[in-house]
Amino acid sequence: MRQFGAVADRPGYRTVSRRSLQWCEFTTWPAALMPSTLPDTAARSSSLSGSAALHLQDVAIGTLTQVTAHIAAGEILCLSGTSGSGKSRLLRAIADLDPHGGEIHLGDHIQGKMPGHSWRREVMLVPAETQWWHDTVAEHLGPAMDEQALQQALTALGFAPDTLHWQVSRLSSGEKQRLALLRAISHRPGALLLDEPTANLDGDTTLRTEQWLQDTVRYHALPTLWVAHDPAQIARVADRHMHIEGHRLVQQP
Amino acid sequence: MTVIDLNIWQLGMAAMLVVLLAACTWYARLGLGKSLLIAAARTAIQLSLIGLVLEALFSVARLHWVALMAVIMLLLAGREVMARQRYRLSGGWAFGIGTLSMFVSSFAVTLLTLLVIIGPDPWYTPQYAIPLLGMMLGNTMTGVALGLDRLTESVWRQRALIENRLMLGQPWQEAIGDIRREAMRGGMIPTINAMAAAGIVSLPGMMTGQILAGSPPALAVKYQILIMFTICVGTGFGTMAAVLSGSRRLFDQRERLRMDRIRRMH
Repeated sequence: MRQFGAVADRPGYRTVSRRSLQWCEFTTWPAALMPSTLPDTAARSSSLSGSAALHLQDVAIGTLTQVTAHIAAGEILCLSGTSGSGKSRLLRAIADLDPHGGEIHLGDHIQGKMPGHSWRREVMLVPAETQWWHDTVAEHLGPAMDEQALQQALTALGFAPDTLHWQVSRLSSGEKQRLALLRAISHRPGALLLDEPTANLDGDTTLRTEQWLQDTVRYHALPTLWVAHDPAQIARVADRHMHIEGHRLVQQP
Repeated sequence: MTVIDLNIWQLGMAAMLVVLLAACTWYARLGLGKSLLIAAARTAIQLSLIGLVLEALFSVARLHWVALMAVIMLLLAGREVMARQRYRLSGGWAFGIGTLSMFVSSFAVTLLTLLVIIGPDPWYTPQYAIPLLGMMLGNTMTGVALGLDRLTESVWRQRALIENRLMLGQPWQEAIGDIRREAMRGGMIPTINAMAAAGIVSLPGMMTGQILAGSPPALAVKYQILIMFTICVGTGFGTMAAVLSGSRRLFDQRERLRMDRIRRMH
């Protein structure tokens, strides 16, 4: 099991924390949600892998060709583009759900050199429409988070403490979407691919979820590719922003 | 005990009853009259032809002719399995997987029954081999067709769910596990139900035929039990083999769900 050290030591963490501070300036958050109140080192024993960068080299899928990008550990790269430009397909290629060209690395891991399911356990895609198959929320969760970490995450996402025992059939689409983010983190990924993770959420919940995602990504040092279409959201969460123009990804100022 | 021979006029009287039924359905405007008559005619023609074939086969009783007959029966059953699926594996896999599963299970069980259990001399005596294989293939075919149909249709409908499970890092066997189990159950349940209802709800056709042909009921019952058991085993293993290999074909070596390997039939 890979251990996970102090986040502040990691390259990229200091640069991205600037965003968190900037964000805190225009709204007030309960103390429990602030990054400073995240679990201490002792509680991190069951923490996530993290700390490796995600690198795409000449990835080709659908109309996209020669997509090359580097996402540092703990960095959020926002990806935008018109409908049908291939954002979701690119995420599917990175998660190795569709045949595609090019090479993808997560740290020392090479996509084609490890079994498909092992790669996807590391590079975890959270789709826009999430699916659930067990009766209760708790049955879907992975082993990576202890009770305390789960409760903190639920609070931060605006859920009641007993949410994990709710019946999945009674969840709204917005609840499913937020709980799917928690589900993904509970499986100990090494990188996150988010496909419009706040698409079904109202304004306040969107801000709350963004904040939790930013904190989590930084805390676990996960390279994160975040598909978003709202310029305001991109301004709030992105460390970098790329836009799909034609067949390429173009870095935005 | 002698069997009363049936002549053409006696069959003709039964045929008149079918015509009478067709007339009634036409009067009731069920729109069935034509297909009823065609089906009745097909029964008469197909069974007469197979009767001729069996007469010829029984008189020569050579292994290669029996084997040829068995292969033809297998290929026809494979074609039937494929035809019954609304969502088919593309590129000949629907036919290949169905036929291979039936070959493995039906032929193995039939051979075992002939060689070890019944033991006619020679073992391929067509009077035993062909009816046994026919019953086996007919039932295994139903199980395999139901199982594969359930598998591909569920995958078609639940694609998003399977892929979400893959996204969470589940191996393909786990991601499709529930669907695979349901497909196997769907293929095997009719046989299990038939065994449970045998003799109470219905008198099995083979046993009835044997009794009509003059066998003592006790002997007919023993054969029927043997047939039911072997059919159940053949169907069970055939269905499991077909669903296992069918589900494997739906994923590639990177454990991706390949929807391009299913074709929707109209």
